Amino acid sequence: MTTLGILLVLVLLLVVFGLLFRLQILTSIFSGSSTREVGVSNRVNAIMCIIFLVVGGAAFAWSFVDNYDKMNPPIASVHGHATERMFWTTMIILGIVFTLTQVLLFVYSYKYQHKEGRRAFFFPHNNKIEVIWTLIPAVVMAGLVFAGWKEWTRITGPAPKDAIVLEVMGKQFNWLVRYPGRDQKLGLVNYRLIDATNEFGFDLSDQNGIDDFVAPEIHVPKGHPVLLKIRSRDVLHAVYMPHFRVQMYAVPGMPTKFWFTPTKTTDEMRAQTGNPKFNYELACNQICGRGHFAMKLNIVVDDPDDYVAWFAAQKSFSEQNPDVLASFKQKSNKLVEKEDAAPAAAAVVPAAKASL
Amino acid sequence: MAANIPTHAQVQGGIGATEPGISHDEHLHHDEHHEQNFLQKYVFSTDHKVIAKQFLITGIFWAIIGGTLSSLFRLQLGWPEATLEWLQPFLGKWIEGGKLNPEFYLALVTMHGTIMVFFVLTAGLSGTFSNFLIPLQIGARDMASGFMNMLSYWFFFLSSVVMFTSLFIETGPAAAGWTIYPPLSALPQAISGSGMGQTMWLVSMALFIVSQLLGGVNYITTVINLRTQGMSMSKLPLTIWAFFLTAVLGLLSFPVLFSAALLLIFDRSFGTSFFLSDIYIAGKALSNTGGSPILFQHLFWFLGHPEVYIVIMPAMGMVSEILATNARKPIFGYRAMIGSLLGISLLSFIVWAHHMFVTGMNPFLGSVFMFLTLIIAVPSAVKTFNWLATLWRGNIRLTTAMLFSIGFVSLFIAGGLTGIVLGNAALDIQMHNTYFVVAHFHLVMGSSAFFGLWAGVYHWFPKMFGRMMDEKLGYIHFWLTFIGVYLVFLPMHYVGIAGFPRRYYAWTGFDTFSQFADLNKFISVAAIVAFIGQFIFIFNFFYSIFRGRRATENPWNSTTLEWTTPVELGHGNWPGAIPAVHRWPYDYSKPGAAEDFIPQHVPYSQTQSSNLPYEKEME
Repeated sequence: MTTLGILLVLVLLLVVFGLLFRLQILTSIFSGSSTREVGVSNRVNAIMCIIFLVVGGAAFAWSFVDNYDKMNPPIASVHGHATERMFWTTMIILGIVFTLTQVLLFVYSYKYQHKEGRRAFFFPHNNKIEVIWTLIPAVVMAGLVFAGWKEWTRITGPAPKDAIVLEVMGKQFNWLVRYPGRDQKLGLVNYRLIDATNEFGFDLSDQNGIDDFVAPEIHVPKGHPVLLKIRSRDVLHAVYMPHFRVQMYAVPGMPTKFWFTPTKTTDEMRAQTGNPKFNYELACNQICGRGHFAMKLNIVVDDPDDYVAWFAAQKSFSEQNPDVLASFKQKSNKLVEKEDAAPAAAAVVPAAKASL
Repeated sequence: MAANIPTHAQVQGGIGATEPGISHDEHLHHDEHHEQNFLQKYVFSTDHKVIAKQFLITGIFWAIIGGTLSSLFRLQLGWPEATLEWLQPFLGKWIEGGKLNPEFYLALVTMHGTIMVFFVLTAGLSGTFSNFLIPLQIGARDMASGFMNMLSYWFFFLSSVVMFTSLFIETGPAAAGWTIYPPLSALPQAISGSGMGQTMWLVSMALFIVSQLLGGVNYITTVINLRTQGMSMSKLPLTIWAFFLTAVLGLLSFPVLFSAALLLIFDRSFGTSFFLSDIYIAGKALSNTGGSPILFQHLFWFLGHPEVYIVIMPAMGMVSEILATNARKPIFGYRAMIGSLLGISLLSFIVWAHHMFVTGMNPFLGSVFMFLTLIIAVPSAVKTFNWLATLWRGNIRLTTAMLFSIGFVSLFIAGGLTGIVLGNAALDIQMHNTYFVVAHFHLVMGSSAFFGLWAGVYHWFPKMFGRMMDEKLGYIHFWLTFIGVYLVFLPMHYVGIAGFPRRYYAWTGFDTFSQFADLNKFISVAAIVAFIGQFIFIFNFFYSIFRGRRATENPWNSTTLEWTTPVELGHGNWPGAIPAVHRWPYDYSKPGAAEDFIPQHVPYSQTQSSNLPYEKEME
């Protein structure tokens, strides 16, 4: 019944609208305004341009200031502070250009609105002006490119030798994390070995992998460079850690990496934001299917001492899954018996990949 | 502007006619082919003007679909907790327990992008206006090949049918994003839209590419070969330069998309591994090895980036033309405008990998592409300054088309500037795939190109249908849309700076993205209202086709050749001889001239009072 009522009202509104429209046309014909080349509406639109500029500009400024804090989540990495400075410097330059051009656009539209008997100024070109306003953007862009390039090469340059290494693997729809154990070497993984227990595809015939451990969340120490190795085992994902200004795709078949240095522990950040539940979060930022929007992983930044303690307390994957380890031992024994050749040839290709 | 005031003969006489005024009756008889039946005239027509209208109306149809899809996902984003039970009658099983199915949400986003970029802003925009204006403005009776032109539309139609059908199949339409990155788009196990829906997407796109190539070859050939006497390349209206370069871009880049689509079809159906490697999905390790998903991205963006210029350049051309006409001033820096179009066209081919800074591509490559990308800001800036200079000291008539052109410049600036942030690889680390990107490209290529499209429709409607669109409704449409677009996309930057990822069904799972719930609601309201407002335009458009005020031959007192044709135009465009061209297209408000415009076909000998010194020799 209500639906019917709403429909009826809509139809009536349309009829009213149609009638008003006809009426408007008829009156404009009657009053002769439809034959005038440039009528009152020109002036109205010109005034609207100015109103739009002033009211719109004010609303923009107000909403920007109002939302400024919300749009600036706290930053917690060394390069994050640098890119943040560059971002807002760039935005200020853009803001100036934006304001200038928009003001000119609407002021000109108002100021030079049609006037009877006036003639526009015949001004087809002026080489000097054109050279100037080609050169100015070119110079400004050159500056921005240079600053961006310097920062980009620093961020994407090789990670420090002493960086802590860990690996995240994206899958539909969560993240897996593994750390090299005491030997600081990540063992081989092979997607063909993946199953419900061995989600990472550990190849435990590789000695480097024996002490590797998996973790339900990322732990990293404050103030120490961290090298994040990234892979995916199904479709594209992207590791996105907004607080650290880190983003890199997870690509099946092509391991990627990103290194950064966290500057604030989770606890410090909780104190700073006044939010006792604050957590650094890792989000997936490349469309990957149904659960894309819920692919979250927590990151904990510890004090270095806490980190060491946490690291020491972890049990390796092989220790937790003795049957997986046993099955690998069995396999390798068989191999040795059969071929008595040293390493399996098949392992060479994944080895090259795993070592990046 | 009323039907009875300046007739063809009077206008021509006023500035010196090159040919005797022709009465309407004469050319009606002269030009209409009596034997043409309805099918030949309106359906399988080879007349470029009819084909243009076919593209336009199909484009409007697609825009309504694309807009509706966006309203649906904006409902989800604005009110993630709300139940959408009331949509059940329309969406059926895609509403599960009152909630939108997350895969269907991705399908909505994917189809919205595909439809808007390809079907509306490529086919609907350049398909319409390249077809309509190229022969009329260069002085040709039709395209070089009318038949190929007809095929171009019908391939587009076929492609539309396939894409439209895919919206209704059981597993849903393609859902891997409009960029259809594999492996997601290659594996039905990964998302149900990658089954039949993706196959149809690829088939549809292959047909679409055929349509684009048939059209493009035609536009290029026509511009090169069929210009009327005197119409040198340096006398072409900027619209034609824009359409010409757009066609060149399309011709060079669409085949690359075709190859990407073809390889993807092979990976999907024939077990090859171009883009697939080391995949374990749905409990099984696939046998594919050695492929690279990144290769697909290179191929895709080799089209994808020129594509955004394919979308925007026709709008730039039309806006240049409309700004000059309504400011009653020559476009400022005609040659610089052509030069910047050429610069943009060239650069658009060598910036594609700026979409891929954080894909794991070699960082050195990132540096190169950052450099090339930021260079493209220079020709864009030149264009903007020249548009502003065109308004300066003009005598501006704020027609609806003019308002939309001013709106275009405003949106192009607003969206273009943030490209400078995104083109900077160091800043893109944070901004990549966030709402900052969404805001950027919706302003600079989405809304701007739409504004160009509307400007074009309002401006050339009298030539298309012989009637005028209602100006008052036009003003309402403009202000509503213009304000609406800013209300939608400015706040989106805030959301993006805060790092909100795009293509998220909901952000509620993350603490980091817990703010801005109100702002997202606001954006949704603005988007839906602005979308509903478009029905004003649709009403105005269809109403005016049949009941609009009758147009005169040259209602805007414009200089280009299309306005020398009669109101009732038949196939062949000019009833008599095609006028020859003597001057550039922007002789507005020339000092010493009787009127404030001198059409292109008026020889210098008839305008001695206004000729500039170097023009004296040409008298």
